[in-house]
Amino acid sequence: MPDTARTMPLVRRLRWRRLFGTRAVSVLIYVLVMWLIVRAALQGAAAMGYNWQWYRIPDYVLERTDAGFQPGELLVGLGATLLLSASAFALALTMGLVVALLRLSDLVIGRATARVFLEIVRNVPLLVLLYVFYYVMGPIFGLNRYLASILCLGVYHAALVSEIIRAGINSVARGQWEAATSIGMTRTQIYRFVILPQSVRFMLPPLTGEAVNMIKSSAIVSVIAVAELTTAGRNIISDTYLSFEIWFTVAALYLAVTLCLSMLVARLEDRFVLGS
Amino acid sequence: MTDLTPIIQMTDVSRIFGDFRALDRVSLSVLPGERVVVCGPSGSGKSTLIRCLNRLESHDSGTIIVDGIELGEDTRDIRAVRQEVGMVFQQFNLFPHLTVLENLTLGPIRVRRMSRSAAEELARNYLDRVHIPEQADKFPAQLSGGQQQRVAIARSLCMEPRIMLFDEPTSALDPEMINEVLDVMVELAGTGMTMICVTHEMGFARKVAHKMVFMEAGRIAEIAPPEAFFSNPSSARARLFLDQILEH
Ligand SMILES: Nc1ncnc2c1ncn2[C@@H]1O[C@H](COP(=O)(O)OP(=O)(O)OP(=O)(O)O)[C@@H](O)[C@H]1O
Ligand SMILES: [Mg+2]
Repeated sequence: MPDTARTMPLVRRLRWRRLFGTRAVSVLIYVLVMWLIVRAALQGAAAMGYNWQWYRIPDYVLERTDAGFQPGELLVGLGATLLLSASAFALALTMGLVVALLRLSDLVIGRATARVFLEIVRNVPLLVLLYVFYYVMGPIFGLNRYLASILCLGVYHAALVSEIIRAGINSVARGQWEAATSIGMTRTQIYRFVILPQSVRFMLPPLTGEAVNMIKSSAIVSVIAVAELTTAGRNIISDTYLSFEIWFTVAALYLAVTLCLSMLVARLEDRFVLGS
Repeated sequence: MTDLTPIIQMTDVSRIFGDFRALDRVSLSVLPGERVVVCGPSGSGKSTLIRCLNRLESHDSGTIIVDGIELGEDTRDIRAVRQEVGMVFQQFNLFPHLTVLENLTLGPIRVRRMSRSAAEELARNYLDRVHIPEQADKFPAQLSGGQQQRVAIARSLCMEPRIMLFDEPTSALDPEMINEVLDVMVELAGTGMTMICVTHEMGFARKVAHKMVFMEAGRIAEIAPPEAFFSNPSSARARLFLDQILEH
């Protein structure tokens, strides 16, 4: 194939590319591929004799009781996931900022501490880190599984967040430092009033990506049975054996949340660009 | 200029980058109210010289005393000096995320600990002085280069410094905007401000300078009053330099 593509006259190749580039053709290809995948999955499930029971799923999302609608197990789990991720992300932001500032500081000890922290976090698998926090630090410092999870996720993501913040700070023009320095501001004041407000614009897109990653990696705490979305899914399946429907639903819920988050931040970014 | 103790005293100051001497045993004293224009070829150390005066650049040897304070490692001393020394940069360096008014009040509020209302009054006062009172609520990007540089001058003046440093304040400007900035600087000279200006605007130098400093390869090659400097520079290098920039 690549050979024929290479020997094909340029004009014809361009024509092909233009054809595949049109929106209608793209949508067509997309629908075709999705249809093939879904059909294969359904056929596979049918071959296994899987008994689809989608009608039972809505109750796990929104439960209908005499008192009206109530959040079902999955929705409660989703709430717990969001709370967990938000707390861990707040921690990651704080720690990431501290680590970034240490790395940019003049203090040799500060820079060394930051480097050691980054090397450790980068080179230990998240799952092992979770076990360390839960089975080792837990008993020592009296952390329950919820706190251990927040700390573990916070520390793990602080490493990447600190890199994002550092890059954001470095992308502010050197002259800004000089101007702020020359009016007698302290380092802290310069960061707070001049550098950080300007670097938010650079940091927002990668930080969103990191927040999405946080929500996704928070699923791992289900291995220490923290009650969140993935754990809720597992529990329901062990009671009902609805594994296909539940995992599809759980995946869709994660997807919905992370897509909403990305869209929200895209809005926010627009505002930032307009403001500056 | 009745007070004859210098407000700036540099003695044998050197600044070395790697094995390159950007400043080579430079000595210079400036009296209160004195206006010094520094010129010289590119790379001769003019920026380094004035950046040492508010320690944007540290010197490796020699002593610098500004307003009675010797510049050294002590960060308090350094900040005390910076509050007395304003600086205007070639690239303006306004804070793009703040309005003009906020650019001007940031220093007074955070460094001088003024109330917001007092700082705003001060800022509007200085915006008047640089002739752009109507631009207070705009962002820097909405202003022309000349206007931005005047805002930068006003921002420095809001700290009520005793000394103003200018590093090629008109070099980044379109020709038609140079004069509006120079006019503001001439007016500032009229108030008796101590000024050190790195500039190649020789008309401005003739008008306001008490003293011309010509630099060459990290050294001060000549210090002379402007009349003598322009009519009869003593060093051959200065003569060549003047010929080149006065040619057109
Ligand atoms: N941070 C630095 N690191 C290394 N070399 C430097 C640094 N700053 C300045 N220099 C060098 O020192 C010399 C003097 O620089 P300086 O900026 O003071 O010159 P200048 O007279 O202001 O020149 P110009 O007219 O181009 O602005 C130059 O050769 C420059 O390359
Ligand atoms: Mg220079």
